[in-house]
Amino acid sequence: MSFQLVKEIFLDNWPMYLRGAGMTIVISVISTILGAIIGLLIGVVRTIPESATRGKRVILKVVNTIFSAYVEYFRGTPMIVQAMVIYYGSALLFDIHLNRFVAAIIIVSINTGAYMAEIVRGGITSIDEGQFEAASAIGMTHFQSMFNIILPQVIRNILPATANEFVINIKDTSVLNVIGVTELFFQTKSITGNNFKFFESYFIASGIYLLMTFTITRILRHFEKRLDGPQNYDLVGNQMQV
Amino acid sequence: MERVLDIQSLRKSFGNNEVLKNINFSVDKGEVVCIIGSSGSGKSTLLRCINLLEKPDGGKIIYNGRNILESNINVYEYRTRLGMVFQQFNLFNNLNVLNNCTVGQIKVLGRSREEAEEIAMKYLKVVGMDKYINAKPRQLSGGQKQRVAIARALAMEPDVMLFDEPTSALDPEMVGEVLKVMKELAEMGLTMLVVTHEMGFAKEVSDRVVFMDKGVIAEEGEPEQIFNNPIQERTREFLRSTLQAV
Repeated sequence: MSFQLVKEIFLDNWPMYLRGAGMTIVISVISTILGAIIGLLIGVVRTIPESATRGKRVILKVVNTIFSAYVEYFRGTPMIVQAMVIYYGSALLFDIHLNRFVAAIIIVSINTGAYMAEIVRGGITSIDEGQFEAASAIGMTHFQSMFNIILPQVIRNILPATANEFVINIKDTSVLNVIGVTELFFQTKSITGNNFKFFESYFIASGIYLLMTFTITRILRHFEKRLDGPQNYDLVGNQMQV
Repeated sequence: MERVLDIQSLRKSFGNNEVLKNINFSVDKGEVVCIIGSSGSGKSTLLRCINLLEKPDGGKIIYNGRNILESNINVYEYRTRLGMVFQQFNLFNNLNVLNNCTVGQIKVLGRSREEAEEIAMKYLKVVGMDKYINAKPRQLSGGQKQRVAIARALAMEPDVMLFDEPTSALDPEMVGEVLKVMKELAEMGLTMLVVTHEMGFAKEVSDRVVFMDKGVIAEEGEPEQIFNNPIQERTREFLRSTLQAV
C-alpha cells in the first residue's frame, strides 16, 4: 500500500464517497431523531400512574405489553436481519414496495426507538420524585408535568446516551447495504468492484466514518453545554441584595 | 366563619401500617393551623392526603361543601386551589425562578404570559426573591429556594396553603428567613395549614394547634392552652422532650 494509491483512489472516486457519506449522515440524523421521539413517547406512556378506572387500566396494560414486545424484539435481534425482514416482509405480506431510502429510515428509527425507550425510562426514573409531586401539586396532569417539567430534564440527562446512539447509527447504517441502500459502505463496495483495491478503498471509508462520528460527538457535546445555560445569573434591579 | 376544609374520619394505611386512624378536623377561612407531633405520627401523610398526593383509604375531605374523594370531582382543578410547600422545596430544576412561578399559571390556569409574570413578580416581592428571577434553582441557597417555592404556590392564588415541614431541610441560619415570610403571610390573612417542628412559630403565629400522635389527633386547641396547659399526658410528654432540646 502506498499513500499515493490511497490518494489516487480518493481523487478518482470522491463523488461516490461523498454521496455515500451524505446518505449515511442523512439516514443517521433522521433516524436518531425519530428514534428519540419514539423512545420519549413510549417513556411517557409507560410512566402513566395506575388509573382508578378499570377500563383505562386494561388499555394501559395492553399498550405497555405491546411496547415491551417491541423493545424486546428490536433489541434482541440484529439490525441486519430486521432490515431483511422489514424490507422483504412488507413487500411479501402487505404488498408495500418500500423505497430503499424510506425503508432504511424506518428500520433504523424503530431500532433506535427500542433502545431509546429504555434510555428514556431510565432517565425518567432518575428524576427526583419531588419534581413529579410539585407538578401534581400545582394541578398539572401527567402529560402536562411530563412535557413542561420532566422531559426537559430527561432530555438533558439522556443527551450523552443519545449521542452514543447517534454514533452507533452512523456505523450501523453500513448493514443497510444488504437491502441496497446507497450509503457509504455500499458505495465503497461499488468502488472496489471496479478497482479491486479492497484495503485502500475501505481504509478511506474508515477515515470518513471516523471523521463523521468524531464531528457529531463534538457538536453534541457543545449542544449539551448550551443546554446547561450560563453558570451565572444577574440580579434584577440595582439595589443591594438584602 | 367560612369553613374551607373539613376532614371527616380520614384513614390511610401503607400496607398493614395504619398511618392515619380516623382523623377529624377542619380549617376555617383565614385560619392558621399548625400540626405538631413526633416523627412518624402521620402529620405529613395527613397533609399529603389532603391534596391527594397520597390516596386516602377512607373518610371524607370536604372542600367548600363538596367531598373531593368522590369520583366525579376534578382532582387537577381541586389541587390548584391548594398551594403546597414541600420540605425539599422541589423547585422545577429546568426552569428559572420566574418560570417556576409562571408555568403553573400559564399551563394549568391558562393565564397569559404577561399576566402570569405580573402575578409572579408580585409574590416574588412578598418573599423577597424578585431580584433573582433569572437564577436557576441550583444557584440558590436552601432558604432562597424555599421562599421561591412559597411564591410559586402563592402565584396560583390558592384558597389554602399547605406547608409540609418547610424549614426541616434548612440550615439553622436560614430557618429564620423562611419563618419570617410565613409569618407575614399569616398576617396577610392567608389560610394556612402548617406541619412543623418549629414550636416557637406554632406558638406565636397559629390560631390553633393540632397535636398528632400515632395516627390520631391526640389534642387540639389554642396555642396558649396546648403549650402552657396541655390536657393529655402524651402532649405534655412530647412538649417536654422537644422544648428541652432547644
